[in-house]
Amino acid sequence: MAEVWTIAEASGGTLKEVSFELLARGRSLADELGVPLASVVLTDEIEEAELQRLASYGADIIYAERDPRLAPFTVASHAAFLTALVTRHAPQIILAAATTSGRTLLPYLAVKLGCGLTADCTALAIEEGTGNLLQIRPAIGGNIMATIKSPDHRPQMATIRPRSTPLPSPDHARRATIIPIAVTDDFHDPVQVLSLRPFGDQSSSIENAAIVVSGGKGLKKRDNFTLIEDLAAALGGAVGASRDAVDRGWASYPHQVGLSGKTISPELYVAVGISGAIQHLAGIKTAKTIVAINRDSEANILALADIAIIGDLFAIIPVLLRRLEERRTIE
Amino acid sequence: MHIIVPIKQVPQSSDVKMDPVTGTMIRSARSSVLNPLDLYALEAALHLKDEHGAQVTVVTMGPPSAVQILKEALSMGADRAVHLTDRLFGGGDTYATSYVLSRAIEKIGSFDLVITGERATDGDTAQVGPGIASWLDLALATYVSAIEEVADGHLIAERLIEEGYQRVRVSLPALLTVVKEIAIPRLPTLRGKKRAMGKEIETWDAEAIAADRTKIGLKGSPTRVVQIETPKVARSALIYHADGDEATVQACDHLLDFLQERNLLAEVHHG
Ligand SMILES: Cc1cc2nc3c(=O)[nH]c(=O)nc-3n(C[C@H](O)[C@H](O)[C@H](O)COP(=O)(O)OP(=O)(O)OC[C@H]3O[C@@H](n4cnc5c(N)ncnc54)[C@H](O)[C@@H]3O)c2cc1C
Repeated sequence: MAEVWTIAEASGGTLKEVSFELLARGRSLADELGVPLASVVLTDEIEEAELQRLASYGADIIYAERDPRLAPFTVASHAAFLTALVTRHAPQIILAAATTSGRTLLPYLAVKLGCGLTADCTALAIEEGTGNLLQIRPAIGGNIMATIKSPDHRPQMATIRPRSTPLPSPDHARRATIIPIAVTDDFHDPVQVLSLRPFGDQSSSIENAAIVVSGGKGLKKRDNFTLIEDLAAALGGAVGASRDAVDRGWASYPHQVGLSGKTISPELYVAVGISGAIQHLAGIKTAKTIVAINRDSEANILALADIAIIGDLFAIIPVLLRRLEERRTIE
Repeated sequence: MHIIVPIKQVPQSSDVKMDPVTGTMIRSARSSVLNPLDLYALEAALHLKDEHGAQVTVVTMGPPSAVQILKEALSMGADRAVHLTDRLFGGGDTYATSYVLSRAIEKIGSFDLVITGERATDGDTAQVGPGIASWLDLALATYVSAIEEVADGHLIAERLIEEGYQRVRVSLPALLTVVKEIAIPRLPTLRGKKRAMGKEIETWDAEAIAADRTKIGLKGSPTRVVQIETPKVARSALIYHADGDEATVQACDHLLDFLQERNLLAEVHHG
């Protein structure tokens, strides 16, 4: 009974939330196939109790390796451990997160294992009759949805967008068997991580934010961009920007949303003074709720928005901030 | 130093508009261009050429019309162009495509660096770059936003990841996939265009790169596209007009009510 696997991500001894999202996906696939669900953790140090959190989100088995070479993530080391592990256990499905690590590791691994891989899936299902994994993903800037399968190759591999899976409530009573990987291979990783320069403020991490407030050329100058920062702070969100705003130096590149920036799926996306060019929309197609603030009632962004205020943003944002503050003081 | 830049021809995206009613894509002129994200890879290579002196080879797998993007790359300053074209290559997924490109790179010969764009704007997978690195067992650094230093046998680069900028030391030969921040692409010059006209583009088929027939094209691809749908992404927006002070307050209140209803107005604690 070939297992379903998820690749967990951890840093500093703590599992990342996306690890649990993958298990939520994996659990329903494993149940449908009637096979065990396993999670693979490759990191330097992690406590047993932390590992068991994977069980509370659905893992039956945890393959864990603690090795100083495994953190921070580098692709050759992780691929070496995984290739050995996959060869030993022959899982039928491997799910990883569509993060910078997952999107580096999985294509590298797919070639080593000679199997198929689908990037950035938003939905998964088991095909009736064959048991094949159906992998559904957006392409061409989110303008089409393609369903893909790998009928003749195992494992079937897919990366899943972070934040595209609601988390079930954990069952703290569940326990999983922890199996060490123990790869003795002596190998040399040609990439060495020297240091990390973290973003000055957390508002740069737009791919993990539940709420993103973005500003565009409609802000007119750098000084006005503080309106976006204020609104983001008031809503508890991160700051995003259109390419035009980034190219003008109002926000730095890590904030850029869209085709040549980041693709994000927040719960709430607020586009202020952004026209909604197709390249911008490519980055927000899977956002759950979209709000537009724009003076042009014909702006392209309205095609994707759930709610819009048409008018001058310089008049609207201060009022919005005030009304929000008032609402909170009353409560 | 010898740098190889694999590039791809993609449908032009800037002509594409959204139909506000159906939410589907309207393509006015279905023209093809060099994948805009590959321009950053090419620029990064040309920049290294300007700084350190390097040979830059571009290679593409694609239909006969793809010579267009090779000419563009030559006129920007690439030295050599290779066109991989064969009906047998058709319908390849990222596994088959990265295999063909890796075979070609091996045939092109000794190199220090392969630089690719982060992804192509049509397929959107970001899988071909890492795939090539895997076929050729190259050191791999993805999402590179800066190349700080190139020395004998290694380079120092910065990667843009979720947590910030990560500095890495990468042994050569290596494959880098780069993001927009790495460079501002130059425009082809008239002189460059003239120079490009005089350059021959080499054309190779499956046999020329000694490709294993079981690994190329649709037949060599593990994945199958079983269905394509054009989802209707248009959402019918609730629209409030903020004309005048009172309407602005009302519009803002409607918006806040809407957000509250969807549980999007969590309490924010100020530090
Ligand atoms: C290959 C390629 C890749 C690209 N990648 C990206 C990408 O990743 N991300 C991206 O964003 N773009 C990208 N673009 C650029 C994209 O085509 C647009 O040019 C860009 O998104 C426009 O930015 P904007 O909406 O801020 O500016 P504009 O299109 O100029 O829109 C400004 C908006 O502000 C509104 N406005 C002005 N003043 C006010 C006011 N006082 N109150 C309210 N509203 C006001 C206007 O009505 C207008 O809708 C890319 C383009 C190409 C060709």
